[in-house]
Amino acid sequence: MMTKQRVTLALLAVMVLGLSAGCGKKIPPPPPAAPAPIPDNTPPNSPKPVVGYFSAEPTTVTVGQPSSLRWSVTDATSVKIDNNIGDVSPNGRRGVYPTATTTYHLTASGPGGTAEADATVTVSSPPPPAPMQNAPQPTIQDILAKQVQDIHFDYDKSEVRGEDQAILQGDASALKTIFQMDANFVVTIEGHCDERGSAEYNLALGDRRAAATKDALISLGVPGDKLKTVSFGKERPLCTEAIEDCYARNRRAHFSAAQ
Amino acid sequence: MRTLTLSLSFFFALGFAQAQQQDNIKGIVDKGGQKPFIAVPDFRATGTTAPGLMAVFNSTVQSDLQSSSLIKFVPKTLYPLRIPQVPADLAAGEAAANARPAPIPGYRLADWAAPPATANWLGMGYGAEDRGLFVVFGYFYNTSPTGTDLQQAQAFGKVYTGSLDQAGAMDAAHHYAADMLAQFGGQSLIGSRIVFVSDRTGAKEIWVMNWDGSDQRQITKYNSISTFPSVSPDGHIVAFTTYATGYPAIQLFSLDSGRKLPFYNQRASMNAFVAFTPDSKQIVFSSTAAGGAAQLYMANADGTGFRRISNSGAIEVEAKINPKTGTDLVDVSGRSGLPQIYKMSIEGTDVDRLSAGTGEATNPAWSPDGSHIAFAWTKGFEPGNYNIFVMDVISRETVQLTANEGRNENPCWAPDGAHIVYASKRGRQSQIWMMNADGTGKHPLTTTGSNEKPVWVNAEK
Repeated sequence: MMTKQRVTLALLAVMVLGLSAGCGKKIPPPPPAAPAPIPDNTPPNSPKPVVGYFSAEPTTVTVGQPSSLRWSVTDATSVKIDNNIGDVSPNGRRGVYPTATTTYHLTASGPGGTAEADATVTVSSPPPPAPMQNAPQPTIQDILAKQVQDIHFDYDKSEVRGEDQAILQGDASALKTIFQMDANFVVTIEGHCDERGSAEYNLALGDRRAAATKDALISLGVPGDKLKTVSFGKERPLCTEAIEDCYARNRRAHFSAAQ
Repeated sequence: MRTLTLSLSFFFALGFAQAQQQDNIKGIVDKGGQKPFIAVPDFRATGTTAPGLMAVFNSTVQSDLQSSSLIKFVPKTLYPLRIPQVPADLAAGEAAANARPAPIPGYRLADWAAPPATANWLGMGYGAEDRGLFVVFGYFYNTSPTGTDLQQAQAFGKVYTGSLDQAGAMDAAHHYAADMLAQFGGQSLIGSRIVFVSDRTGAKEIWVMNWDGSDQRQITKYNSISTFPSVSPDGHIVAFTTYATGYPAIQLFSLDSGRKLPFYNQRASMNAFVAFTPDSKQIVFSSTAAGGAAQLYMANADGTGFRRISNSGAIEVEAKINPKTGTDLVDVSGRSGLPQIYKMSIEGTDVDRLSAGTGEATNPAWSPDGSHIAFAWTKGFEPGNYNIFVMDVISRETVQLTANEGRNENPCWAPDGAHIVYASKRGRQSQIWMMNADGTGKHPLTTTGSNEKPVWVNAEK
């Protein structure tokens, strides 16, 4: 390798020497002539296309109502409108049914060049129905069923898991809403277990799960006197398949209206 | 090939365990010695109704004898050809060797003592109907003395009467079988009952049946969850846990009248799992009255005079008081993690773990003599796969009684100390099963709905 590099360097040195020696003696040749210009095939008298008008009537519609596009173009060999309309004749009209506010773009091209124009159809939303006499608001039962979610537990454990803290906070705020709506409402926290442990031990374990959930909610500001606890052990499972997914669903604290 | 070898050695290991358990458990039920062989040929009857009932009688006698670990029942196919029915049929001694024609064997006790029957004892007799009653004449002979004195060979000869129906035939059979087993120290289970939980009405209710599975009757009708029964040793009170008021609370029913008895529940999210003292006057149970995990409390049998006896900070459930001493108990505790069985004094002192600490050990139940506990253990299996074990409380040696027969829980000893009733879940539903205390003679007692948590009721004294 070293030998090859040295040989190359030596060759380069010889070439440089030779070039510098030649510069001093030769005169450079003149540059070649510029190429002839490309002939212009455009007839010198072709005018540019002109868009006489491109309009929408009416310019504002509600969803489902038609608007009519009208246009007139001269000196064009091709007229196109976007939004899936495509090639059209130089003079014409076309009904459109836009579902949202749409700007239609017309492009006219001819030997003399191109011309463009826009027409916008504004789509207004239909008016809301007349308000009912009693607007439906979420009931306490709705909030309890949909916003207060179950807390889940690990096997043989009754501590609220870190991953359930967000659910717990959501439950706390939903419960506070409920108690603001009805100061006399009381919620029962049911503790449940999966089917694997003994029914006896699970009764006490479910009690711990309900109590741990109650304590965690109290620490988030939920009034403790509005929360009762009851353990169902493994007597009221959500599912009965002997698979971990089902076991996990059953290991829960569930919220219901106190009797 | 490798898998095959492994599974083969697994089965060898199982076989070894099985052999071991037979040896160990013998010490529990018959204190050594050769088991007597008993032959009882089918009884026949005269009349119009009685002959049909004899099949029930014969199968019940056979079942009772086969489900006893005190004796061996000689298969009927080995019996001699001629079946004696009354003492007059029997001839003394052995047949003369040169008798012509050779007598058909069966009328001499020696015929039963000889191979192939090789029976030490012969039960024989017949049935009849007499003035609307089912009547059985039952005799029991020792085949061993081959002398001429048939009187001496007879252990007993009795008349058994029952109603002229299936129940009467079963009743007569149970009494006759019990009289035979009593010759070998067998305590009769006649009159004892089993309280259990059944959901056959759609809700868990407390039920009671005869020890042989007959006459199943509903006790509670709360249409809620009523479970975890226990029975006072005097046989009068069943205690259980019910959600009838919305929360798990204790209730008592009289087994005599079927009526609710007064009980004072402490204010708690949970009161459950009653255990009675041997004199039936006090109870230990689990309560969350002090907040935190359920702890053991002692009280009078009506719930008054309530005081705490455990203070572990962990779950304490299923206390069972030693029926012999009344001064110590076992329970299931979470104090070392997964549930294990602990022993302690009835004051909550001298706490000692009995179970090995592996898996989950629950459902302890004392043998009547207080020497052993039966319990459910997940040993070697995933959580939930319980089998029934028996442990010598002094030596801590355990014997496995169930294997590869579903999930087996809640063992409870019969008053005779020789049988164990338990819940076996094979498929979706649980049923009540009975077996000998050595794991043999397993048979179901229930078939309708899901049935669990059997508790034996002592016959009223």
